[in-house]
Amino acid sequence: MSDAILVLAEHLRGEISEITYAMLGAGRNLAKALNAPLYAVLLGSDLAPLAARLGAADKVFLVENPQLNLASAGTAAALLKELMAQQQVGLVLVGGTNVSMGIGSVLSVRTGLPFVNFCKKISWDGALTCTSQLFGGKILADVKLTDGRGVISIYPGSFPAEAGKSEAAPTTVKLELPVAASTVLFKRYIEPEAGDIDITKQNVLVAVGRGIQSQANVALAEELAQALGGAVCASRPVIDQGWLPLSRQVGKSGMTVKPRLYLALGISGAPEHWEGMQGSQLIIAVNTDPKAPIFDGAHYGVCGDALELVPALAEKIKAKKGAA
Amino acid sequence: MNLFVLLKMVPDTVEELNVAPDSPALDAEFLRFKLSDPGEQALEQALLLKEKHGGTVTVVALDAPEVDEVLFTALAKGATRAVKIGGDWSRLQSFAAGQILAAFLKAAGSALSADALVLLRSQAIDDLEGEIGPYLADELGVPYADVVTGVTVTGNSMSIIKEFAGGLRGEFTLPLPAVLGIQSAEKPPRYVPIAKVRAALKSAKIETVDVAPPARLARFALERMYKPEAGGRAQMLEGSPEAVADKLVEVLVQQGLI
Ligand SMILES: Cc1cc2nc3c(=O)[nH]c(=O)nc-3n(C[C@H](O)[C@H](O)[C@H](O)COP(=O)(O)OP(=O)(O)OC[C@H]3O[C@@H](n4cnc5c(N)ncnc54)[C@H](O)[C@@H]3O)c2cc1C
Repeated sequence: MSDAILVLAEHLRGEISEITYAMLGAGRNLAKALNAPLYAVLLGSDLAPLAARLGAADKVFLVENPQLNLASAGTAAALLKELMAQQQVGLVLVGGTNVSMGIGSVLSVRTGLPFVNFCKKISWDGALTCTSQLFGGKILADVKLTDGRGVISIYPGSFPAEAGKSEAAPTTVKLELPVAASTVLFKRYIEPEAGDIDITKQNVLVAVGRGIQSQANVALAEELAQALGGAVCASRPVIDQGWLPLSRQVGKSGMTVKPRLYLALGISGAPEHWEGMQGSQLIIAVNTDPKAPIFDGAHYGVCGDALELVPALAEKIKAKKGAA
Repeated sequence: MNLFVLLKMVPDTVEELNVAPDSPALDAEFLRFKLSDPGEQALEQALLLKEKHGGTVTVVALDAPEVDEVLFTALAKGATRAVKIGGDWSRLQSFAAGQILAAFLKAAGSALSADALVLLRSQAIDDLEGEIGPYLADELGVPYADVVTGVTVTGNSMSIIKEFAGGLRGEFTLPLPAVLGIQSAEKPPRYVPIAKVRAALKSAKIETVDVAPPARLARFALERMYKPEAGGRAQMLEGSPEAVADKLVEVLVQQGLI
């Protein structure tokens, strides 16, 4: 039997994060291939109800300490290192999320193990091969961990969460581990800004990306959205430019939306954006670049200038609706 | 304040990326480089802090194609000093980059002064070894916070805003000196007219320093680099904007959306 595989179970505000199930699913497959046990670890307080949902793991370790809620990467990593030594862990899966991102890096420095980021596929053929997506999903890279040891950051949306959900009651083990004091202290949550419009409740979303080029052009998209009876949302660069409020951001840090229609204008389809809109029923993408990754997931694509298409489309929709 | 901004150049993904025929790397021939998006945000956040608290902004970059232009642009925007670390860093990954930058900052001495703050990208699109911030902070022995979208400094400590997901954010406090992985600045990056960049090119200069490269530039070798197979490729609609608009209306009608 090989060294154990450990999943750092992510949770936020009393809920297990979706990425945790994705990691457990990936971990189950690996555990079988490597003939290794699969462990999960929860850090924080009030962990018992959370542990009950991690039945896909052979064992769940609980490290209860209020200081571990949203602990700094350094504090979490020091503790995980200890746990790895104590429980003979060789491979650790962490979430490639805003919450967990930094922990894997520090853990890898402290343990001397390699850290592989952006991982969307793992296979085992006597060595572990991780496939990572780089450059906004435009390129894949294979990395081999010959001895099967390392820290892998699992990219959200790459592994099915269903595979990591189980009704079984896991074996739980409470651990007392020293918690290093941290100088990075969590103070409070800041609730999402209540925007004028809740984009998660819209049937139709017209999404604008950097390709929309200027704030003035956002008005074109507004007009189209109005014609369709929907709202405008955006990718990160548009929000960072201040062209639309934060409440309209779709993606990793923004909202997750599942409208009946998602019309993406000038959005490349970076993984961090894709994460937030992949559940849309119908995705139509307009992009000048025929190789834009968004076309790989969209149902319909138009290779062309959104600024030319949008006014024409708005007119035709209005005409159609007027005629109907 | 004693502000340092570490900038990384990345391939512009608007251009087509190709894999080199003989090695697991991008084909350099057609690459165009630009400052990584979050790097641009880190620079803006540093300039905002300098405006508020005074002090200096030192921008530091590892040598890379087109990096001079980015450094001059930073100077034109208001950075005090620009430093380029010479060497061939095309294969460099986050862990070793953290060591190199830590060595530079330690040599600069002032980097660890009580009012020092190092700002850099949270994560770039090619950071295969993850964020560089945690490595750098560990090497310097200072605290680190990532996915930062706001920084308020009061004396020798600061409060930062970190993004989680779904619009949820958190406030954290930490002492200075520190390293911050910036996701977005509090304001959109300022625009600088090309004439000002040209003026900087004439009047300002980029300091070049050497730092001994670490034994290994990356902690693992890439086996292979390749383009993803087009998955469920979209059904492409072709023709003039008018013709495409007609086809789209048809699709929308079929789907009961209009
Ligand atoms: C921790 C982290 C969190 C993140 N969170 C988010 C998030 O929540 N949401 C998010 O969106 N991103 C997020 N990102 C950023 C993400 O990685 C991408 O940078 C971003 O999604 C790119 O936005 P874009 O597609 O608009 O811009 P680009 O990638 O620059 O794409 C612009 C596209 O427009 C096309 N184009 C140009 N002109 C035209 C035209 N006239 N007509 C049609 N097409 C045109 C171009 O071909 C290109 O494909 C996050 C990144 C990190 C590291």
